[in-house]
Amino acid sequence: MLFQPAIIALILASAVSTLMLASSLPFVVRVLRRWDMASGAETQLEMERRTYLVATLLKLVLVAQGAALVLFVFNADRMASLFTGAMCAVGTLKVDRWGFPALYLHMAVFFLSAFWLVLNHVDNLGWDYPLIRLKYAALLGLAPVVAVAGGVQLAYFLGLRADVITSCCSTLFSGNGITVTSNALAAMPHGVALGLLAAGLAAVAASGAHFLLRGSGGVVHALASAAVLGIGLAAVVSTISVYVYELPHHHCPFCLLKREYGHVGYALYLPLFLGTVCGVGGGIAARTRRHPSLALAAPRAARRLVGVSLACFAAFGVVALWLVLRSHLILFEAAP
Amino acid sequence: MTAGWISRQRHLLDFALSSLGRRRGKNLGLLAVYTLVVFVLASVMLFSHAIRHEARLVLKDSPEVVVQKLVAGRHDLIPAGHLEAIRGVRGVRAAEGRLWGYLFDPAAAANYTLMVPRDQPPAPGTALIGSGVAAVRDAAPGDTLSFRAHDGQLVQFTVAGTLERDSALVSADLFLVSEADFRRLFGVPEGRFTDIVASVRNPREIRTVAEKIDAALPDTRIILRDEILRTYDSVFDWREGMLLVLLSGAILAFGIFAWEKASGLSAEERREIGILKAVGWETSDVIRLKTLEGMVISLTAFLAGYVLGYLHVFHFGAPLFEPVLKGWAVLYPDFRLTPFVDELQVATLFFFTVFPYTVATVVPIWRAATVDPDQVMR
Repeated sequence: MLFQPAIIALILASAVSTLMLASSLPFVVRVLRRWDMASGAETQLEMERRTYLVATLLKLVLVAQGAALVLFVFNADRMASLFTGAMCAVGTLKVDRWGFPALYLHMAVFFLSAFWLVLNHVDNLGWDYPLIRLKYAALLGLAPVVAVAGGVQLAYFLGLRADVITSCCSTLFSGNGITVTSNALAAMPHGVALGLLAAGLAAVAASGAHFLLRGSGGVVHALASAAVLGIGLAAVVSTISVYVYELPHHHCPFCLLKREYGHVGYALYLPLFLGTVCGVGGGIAARTRRHPSLALAAPRAARRLVGVSLACFAAFGVVALWLVLRSHLILFEAAP
Repeated sequence: MTAGWISRQRHLLDFALSSLGRRRGKNLGLLAVYTLVVFVLASVMLFSHAIRHEARLVLKDSPEVVVQKLVAGRHDLIPAGHLEAIRGVRGVRAAEGRLWGYLFDPAAAANYTLMVPRDQPPAPGTALIGSGVAAVRDAAPGDTLSFRAHDGQLVQFTVAGTLERDSALVSADLFLVSEADFRRLFGVPEGRFTDIVASVRNPREIRTVAEKIDAALPDTRIILRDEILRTYDSVFDWREGMLLVLLSGAILAFGIFAWEKASGLSAEERREIGILKAVGWETSDVIRLKTLEGMVISLTAFLAGYVLGYLHVFHFGAPLFEPVLKGWAVLYPDFRLTPFVDELQVATLFFFTVFPYTVATVVPIWRAATVDPDQVMR
């Protein structure tokens, strides 16, 4: 294993998070079994009190998980200098077979955590803890994911040995050879990728505008947001990255984050991820208005989330368009 | 709507600051310990990072490929005949033999690095010396230094000059002599070199060139500049990590300290929270207030500790951790590190200090926030 400060910090964060989640599970089970707002029993009062503690702890854990995702990618990129043949995060993640699973799990934890935080926020808007069972039931699903993510990350770091020859982006994302998902993505025709992206963004804009005007269709917007996340990532790998590097066969999604390319990847990924979180979160919030105590507050929160998600997707679209337009690479010839 | 939210946060922050001010002694103590923890960790990270940076700068101009002869797994003098073989490999721009070695000087109880420079070597009988050598032997240009050669006879050198100080990291212990003097001193026969350096025209071909040299000269070991860099990176990372693991005891102690501080609520403080709740604050408001107080302390301590660590490393030469991180030698150069702040490093440091503090204070904050007003105001 490598004794790297960032690695130690990541392991520390995931260990503390898993520990705190695990220690709150008995309380979660108690809430699911015994919670009864109508009761004035001492156990109920005690539970109502304790829910503040658990919610605060979880907020902290889940925010830390979001930060850990950024740190993980950043660190993977930086560690490339330690491995022969690795030039960016892809090389570092390919050193060990657990590298990419660790990244995907980190992303999954990030999104699930964000959705949970939305649920928690909406729950706090009502006076009678309207979503408490749902919230804690969701936690039962989230806790194992966090634990597994921590375990896979640990396995990855334990397996790291400096100087292992690894393959790097130029061969990995070149569109032929091993069939990793990313290769299939890279092979997607540029026209299809950009067309899908435009259609997806249009769908998100339409569903979002409809929700803001009519107050219905939040779930549709949530689904569209989730779809745009996938489409957006595919478009980045297959086409937008090519425009940025101005090399027709360089598809790496991580080199975008590097200084050579002006850290432009952050301008793409942050709005895309945030837009998805807010879009899906808006759908979640919109679904909760059936509870009487949330009849007013939930739609308001949902509208705000959907508004933010629209702004984020717009920013993503503008950045992507700008990258395509400023590039010197020509992929589509205009008709003569 | 947003304006209302901002002004709400501002008032909360105002309240948090005044509440911190009311318990000045306690909070200043906490702040001092917190700052100290950040300072120690920041110093370690800044120092090891800067020294890695320095190594990279130094190695930037070093040759791409070094070829050493091995006999029974040990480094041996390389025959000049190998030079031709290396020059014959396609892609090699130039190859030269180097003469260098170490000389122990009993008068100074220090090791010098003796070298024959590639261009403009000193005239036979004279030497150019580094600043460290000049200081330890108290030598000025024109002085004479003498050493015992390999056969016991004395060899004398007149100091022709000292080397520039701005490259102290590499040149402090340097002792540059002519080729004839070098061979005389160590008894290296003509036609033999310490090692051979080769430069390669196309950086992408370095690995292939190395493989070809390896195939042509099986009795040699080939060291690439990239490998040296990587090894330095690993070694410094490892040292830094080791030190951090050792210091994690301190982080743990700090966490316990923070927990203690946060849970030791005075009667007055409990009353205060009771009154707040009696006038309509909710539990979540009190938690938010206390979190804000913690954030103020965290950010202040982080900033102060980081700035102090920066000053410690880049202005005072990190006297506290130098021996552990740098390794040691009698003639270690006295050099000033290039200030360098790295985003990843700041993020990591934040994880190491603020995260444990926040985790440690959650439970005490919750305890404080859930007190019943009637219990404490009675």
